[in-house]
Amino acid sequence: MKKVLAIVLAMMLVLCSAAMAETVKIGVFEPASGDNGAGGKQEVLGIEYANSLTPTVEIGGTTYDVELVVVDNQSQTDKAVSAAQTLASEGVSIVLGSYGSGVSMAGGDVFAEHQIPAIGCSCTNPSVTLLCDYYWRVCFLDPFQGTVMANFAKEEKGATKAYVLTQLGDDYSTGLGFYFQQAFEALGGEVVAETFNEGNSDFTAFVTKAMNEGCDFMFAPSSTTSASLIIDQAASANVTFPVTAGDTWESSVILDAAKGKNLEVYCSTFFDEKDESSTVAAEFVSGFKGWLNANPDKMTNNGGNDIVAAVSALGFDAYNVAIEALKAAGSTDSQAVAEALPAVTLDGVTGSISFDENGDAKKDMAYIKQANNETGAFDFIKTQSVADLG
Amino acid sequence: MKKNTKTIVNLVLLALLFLAVWVIERTSSASSMLITVLKKGAIYALIAVSMNLLNGFTGLFSLGQAGFMLVGAYTYAVLTIPVAKRVAVYQMYAGGAIHFQLPWLVGILLAGAVAALFAALIGYPVLRLKSDYLAIATLGFAEIIRAIIQYEKLGPITNGSLLLKTYPTFKSTLFPFAAAAICIGIIVLLINSTYGRAFKAIRDDEIAAEAMGINLFRHKQMAFIISSFFAGVGGALLAMYQGTLQANAFKAAMTYEILLIVVIGGMGSVTGSVLASFLFIACSEWWLRFLDAEQFIGSFQVPLLRSGFRMVVFSVVIMIVVLFFRRGIMGDKEFDVEGISKWCRRKFGKGGAKA
Amino acid sequence: MFDKIFPYLLAGVSVGGQYALIAVGYTMVYGILRLINFAHGDIFTAAGFFMVYISATMPLYLAIPLVTVLTVALGFTVERVAYKPLRTAPRMSIMISAIGVSYLLQNLMWYITGGLAKQYPVLPWISDSITLGSASTKVVTIVTPILTIVLVTALVMLIQRTKIGMAMRAVSKDFETAELMGIKINSVISTTFIIGSFLAAVGSMLYFTNYTTVTPTIGAMPGLKAFVAAVFGGIGSIPGAVVGAFIIGIAENLIRAMGYTTFSDAFTFALLILILLVKPTGLFGEKTSEKV
Repeated sequence: MKKVLAIVLAMMLVLCSAAMAETVKIGVFEPASGDNGAGGKQEVLGIEYANSLTPTVEIGGTTYDVELVVVDNQSQTDKAVSAAQTLASEGVSIVLGSYGSGVSMAGGDVFAEHQIPAIGCSCTNPSVTLLCDYYWRVCFLDPFQGTVMANFAKEEKGATKAYVLTQLGDDYSTGLGFYFQQAFEALGGEVVAETFNEGNSDFTAFVTKAMNEGCDFMFAPSSTTSASLIIDQAASANVTFPVTAGDTWESSVILDAAKGKNLEVYCSTFFDEKDESSTVAAEFVSGFKGWLNANPDKMTNNGGNDIVAAVSALGFDAYNVAIEALKAAGSTDSQAVAEALPAVTLDGVTGSISFDENGDAKKDMAYIKQANNETGAFDFIKTQSVADLG
Repeated sequence: MKKNTKTIVNLVLLALLFLAVWVIERTSSASSMLITVLKKGAIYALIAVSMNLLNGFTGLFSLGQAGFMLVGAYTYAVLTIPVAKRVAVYQMYAGGAIHFQLPWLVGILLAGAVAALFAALIGYPVLRLKSDYLAIATLGFAEIIRAIIQYEKLGPITNGSLLLKTYPTFKSTLFPFAAAAICIGIIVLLINSTYGRAFKAIRDDEIAAEAMGINLFRHKQMAFIISSFFAGVGGALLAMYQGTLQANAFKAAMTYEILLIVVIGGMGSVTGSVLASFLFIACSEWWLRFLDAEQFIGSFQVPLLRSGFRMVVFSVVIMIVVLFFRRGIMGDKEFDVEGISKWCRRKFGKGGAKA
Repeated sequence: MFDKIFPYLLAGVSVGGQYALIAVGYTMVYGILRLINFAHGDIFTAAGFFMVYISATMPLYLAIPLVTVLTVALGFTVERVAYKPLRTAPRMSIMISAIGVSYLLQNLMWYITGGLAKQYPVLPWISDSITLGSASTKVVTIVTPILTIVLVTALVMLIQRTKIGMAMRAVSKDFETAELMGIKINSVISTTFIIGSFLAAVGSMLYFTNYTTVTPTIGAMPGLKAFVAAVFGGIGSIPGAVVGAFIIGIAENLIRAMGYTTFSDAFTFALLILILLVKPTGLFGEKTSEKV
């Protein structure tokens, strides 16, 4: 036992001393496994791509190499705590992530305790930043996203009765469903809300219920694991109403599930790869695709194709915000970075980013996309901004 | 050695342990993995000992531990969230139904008390069942409790299935050590009392114990309630340690992990459970972490190493212990002055056999 | 009214049949070894993963038999490695070993798959959609109860009519006497695990055709429910396990129909506790007296 311990300690020492040479560590706090593993991997890809473009940063006159410390929070709130502690013990200056709001909230507590700032990439629940002074984020929030989808249901689809299906114990899912319901009822619609248990694989009963209740719209924000089951079972039950969700459904898992089925599938998201109005975004899209095609294992992590997911774009932006914060802080000390972060602004791939008093990016644009049943790609439907909602 | 001397030496050992923890805390940075392992290990030690009281000392094969921890953790968190923070925490339930905040100590004690109350209610029917039926029934109860806590209609109290946070937590490593030491101390006193001897008699032979005039049901119920009380306290401490709380984490898998700790430590050994807890946590959180990352020696990539390998190695080790070292680290011995001196005498064969 | 309930009933019968195929494995093992084989649900999951990986490299008519053989081999190996050495140990030890195997299998599957959900391949014909009255569903929904009953009838015949069946009955009645009578205990136990794993493999093909994603922990819940079904029907009794599984499958879907989805899993356990208190031997269980 002693020998093993000695070897382990020696290895750690070697690793540490190797890392000493003018390196700044950025923690990547993402799920690589569990329900949100597929999405988390895509977010990491965006971060890694950004790192490949900007591998160094000048802090207070010295050039530092950026080292990404990637941990897997397994999509579970209890595992997220130990993953966050691993990052803290590695001495990272700033943290990026996570995909999924629940794990971000759980990790946020650890980051706050060790005074490490964290930038959420695609965690949309308001509580993430509201209840944690060390969390910022680069995406929009669920009250906005819920309103966007409620408007879409009412205005575009003429829906009057919506079926809202959320996952118990998932803060993202429950929260977004709640805000959709609020907004849809405010628009004069009617809502039938139900929940399913984690690990549930039988959605036929829920789909049947939606049909029996005479619903004409379904909103089911959930992990991609559950989503593919919902889509599959809704299609085999010959559902005629649109099946929709939030940003998590913008994934190749959904495209695979919807391909060849007779079902309308929509989702709202942060970014569209075909949007050519921004040169920064266009440059990112072509660069990222090239990078994926040059690295087969990165392509596998992206789901085997080169479709640019919105979460990758957010990961890319979050990394660049972190670099700006490090420059502005002029130090690798995490507390100094946290103090510099609120003032950072960036003209990012997903729009311009600046933070409000809660630490949320002032984002006012959502994209609605439809999964094409034939081509297995997303078709862009429309954008919706705060101004449109009145 | 006289009984008094033994107690004193044991207390001195305990004090030395505390001193060591204090020194470690002063000298290492707050974010080091050692501190994490010490904090979590101490809490798991308490939970494992509470489970050992049932499974190892009384011979009741209960798999409800996660359920009672869940009850304790929720009782603590729900009652101690500051009133000002409730609106943000209970965002979907308009601030929740509770508008007061209890001090943390009261919260912890109530956590144990509520868990014990649940145990009393549940124990009444299930303790009449025999070994494996008891196991599956308690497992079932843990699942039922989890479903009730996640029920939306109870949202104003439990926040439904969503995270609870902002309740008081601890900073110092000494806190979980002190809490665990006090609770484990009480359990040890109980085990060494007449009740403890009755528990062991029930474990060894129920029918003989009953013939000796031990009231089986009453003693089983007592062990069940006390174990659940400490499981509840342990749950509250775990909630404090994690800083956020969600019912989803308290699944059967958690009970299994604790059971495996008890087995590794040795059924019927308090110190075994404690040692095994620290080992288990250190391996799963710290020492074996390197197995999860791809490693290179020069340009040679070490095969097999990638995410998840740690848990495979870990569970293989557990299987080896379960199959070939069935008595665990300590068997039913204790790691105290008496245990050490006996072991020394056996090992080196010197000195008289006088105790 | 019936139109609204019918789809739920259909789903209940289908999932009930799948639980039944798993439950038979539990009840047979329990009948002989008095062991709750906690790893049985994970063997069911492993069968799902075998299919995911094997069907990617070869056609289904080869993949299906190969998956069945591998699952049976896994069940057999688990028994030989983890349960056989503990035959004389206290019952608690062997149950802990079962929990350990379950932990190991789940972690192993997590490692191999990287913890990500895998899409189950589409099996021809049984994946097709059909419409029955007011509900539309997959063919597998209809096939499951029929196949379940056929397989279980065959199994009951095997146990009643053949020599190995007689040996199984003898071992489950009295372990030691059976051994003294010259029955090869180990081969009887192995046969039990082989049959149980075979049925789990078939059950897994039906289950995952309905619910097309496989994750490392997906078998845990159906496994526990199948065990509850076995207890409910009277542990050790094969027809009991089947009846119990159908009742649980239907009941949990009716609870969903009433809108209490949160409690659909909890209900199963409430039912278990109720039956244990009222009639501990289950619906069809034999009376046993505790030996001193």
